[in-house]
Amino acid sequence: MIAFDNVAYSYGGGELLSEVSLRLAPGSFHFLTGPSGAGKSTLLKLCYAELLPTAGRVTLFDREVRSLDRDEVARTRRRMGVVHQDCQFLDHLPLATNVTLPALVSGREAATDDLKDLLSWVGLAQLADALPPQLSGGERQRAALARAIIMSPDVVLADEPTGNLDWEMSLRLLTLLVELNKMGKTILIATHDLNLIRTAKQQVPARVLRIAKRRVQLAGADL
Amino acid sequence: MKFLALTDFLRGDKQTDRVVPPSGHTAWLTTFTAATMTFLAVFALALSLASGRLAERWGDALARSATIRISAPAGQMDAQTRAVLDVLATTPGVASARAMEDDEQRALLEPWFGPNLPLDALPIPRLVEVIEDDDGYDAEGLRQRLAAEAPGAVLDDHTRWRRPLAVAAGRLRLLGMTSMLLIGATVAAMITLAANVALAANAQVIRVLRLVGARDAYIARAFVRRFTLRALTGSALGTVLGMAGVAMLPSADLAGGFLTGLGFQGAGWLLPFLIPPAVAVVAFVATRFAAFRKLKELT
Repeated sequence: MIAFDNVAYSYGGGELLSEVSLRLAPGSFHFLTGPSGAGKSTLLKLCYAELLPTAGRVTLFDREVRSLDRDEVARTRRRMGVVHQDCQFLDHLPLATNVTLPALVSGREAATDDLKDLLSWVGLAQLADALPPQLSGGERQRAALARAIIMSPDVVLADEPTGNLDWEMSLRLLTLLVELNKMGKTILIATHDLNLIRTAKQQVPARVLRIAKRRVQLAGADL
Repeated sequence: MKFLALTDFLRGDKQTDRVVPPSGHTAWLTTFTAATMTFLAVFALALSLASGRLAERWGDALARSATIRISAPAGQMDAQTRAVLDVLATTPGVASARAMEDDEQRALLEPWFGPNLPLDALPIPRLVEVIEDDDGYDAEGLRQRLAAEAPGAVLDDHTRWRRPLAVAAGRLRLLGMTSMLLIGATVAAMITLAANVALAANAQVIRVLRLVGARDAYIARAFVRRFTLRALTGSALGTVLGMAGVAMLPSADLAGGFLTGLGFQGAGWLLPFLIPPAVAVVAFVATRFAAFRKLKELT
């Protein structure tokens, strides 16, 4: 589904990632950990083609990412749900419209009931008409997750999705991701939260990738 | 199918339109520019059409006529006039000829000398109007016969002054059409600039749309439709104002002189209504070009 072969990424003369090789198989559940600035967000951006590798090959859904034109990148992204660390929204549109944006741009309509259920699940049903600038950090993260999964994508990539959430809400969102994984979706979550990783591993066979010294290693007992 | 695509484009999609936030000053700037340029285009069109009519009139109507001016002592005037008419009656290519009445000559001179001109007291030449038939006459041969039969008669076939006027009218028409092309180019340039500003100002919106899987065509459509409709609206407004301005110009009967008949005539009043669709097409092409180029830059 997503494969890195000897991938490197350099920026401003320095190498952020080096010799990264990994495979995210369909239906797999991975966590990505590592110290701040280690390159977790960069690796996620390589996964959804916002960045291109400076060396090596990134393959998304069996297509080498450099061979994709802009329209193909767009189509590839429709198969992915991404929770960005900075929760990108269109600030002039209400939360409900922002959540349904992936459906809107692909010419489909999200079922109203699905939207209501999803917003209820992430605790935002009362804020459906609120504008993104009116939301707290935690509310924005929940909205970003709702937007990422509303089209039931093949892959969910989440960058610190629980960073601003309390433990109870973190568990709620984790349950959502676990359920998606049980439905066959591929999940990759970048996080510092070891408790979250431990809890997830009790529910699914999650694997942990760790970025250290510009390289990605399989961490913990899985090694 | 293309018509359906056009109606879909004009009808739009409320949700798609909303993904791009209202773009502030570029909105009214585009409408204002389209209205102003169309207002000028209506006048350029009126000028072009009037010049065309003028060139046609001078080119065709006057080409079929000539004037013979008879300057002779008062005692010989009638005799020479008769001689001229006799010569003309036997000249091949002359359809008709007649000596102008005093009232007609007085009317011709009135703009310069005022009414009640005492023609008898002035040494005014007698004028003979000559109308050609389709084959035309031999001007040089006629001049020689007139010189023999009526020494005071001079043939003026209008060529000398008609040609530069017809050329001037033709140039005016060309100027009007060039003005319209320049106006179209200016509209395209202004709308391209406004679209570029709007796209640059919405770089973050474009980024978010791309991250959720929007294709360039989807993003461009939101901008293109908005700018096209603004240009169409402004142009429609400018057309109405321009036509009102043209309608208020003095009529030919009241003003007289060179610029008479600058307004539209007959079906010509429908021509300005072609300007708004043309401006909309220019806006569509300009914005689409600008949008795709900018989206490529923002990759």
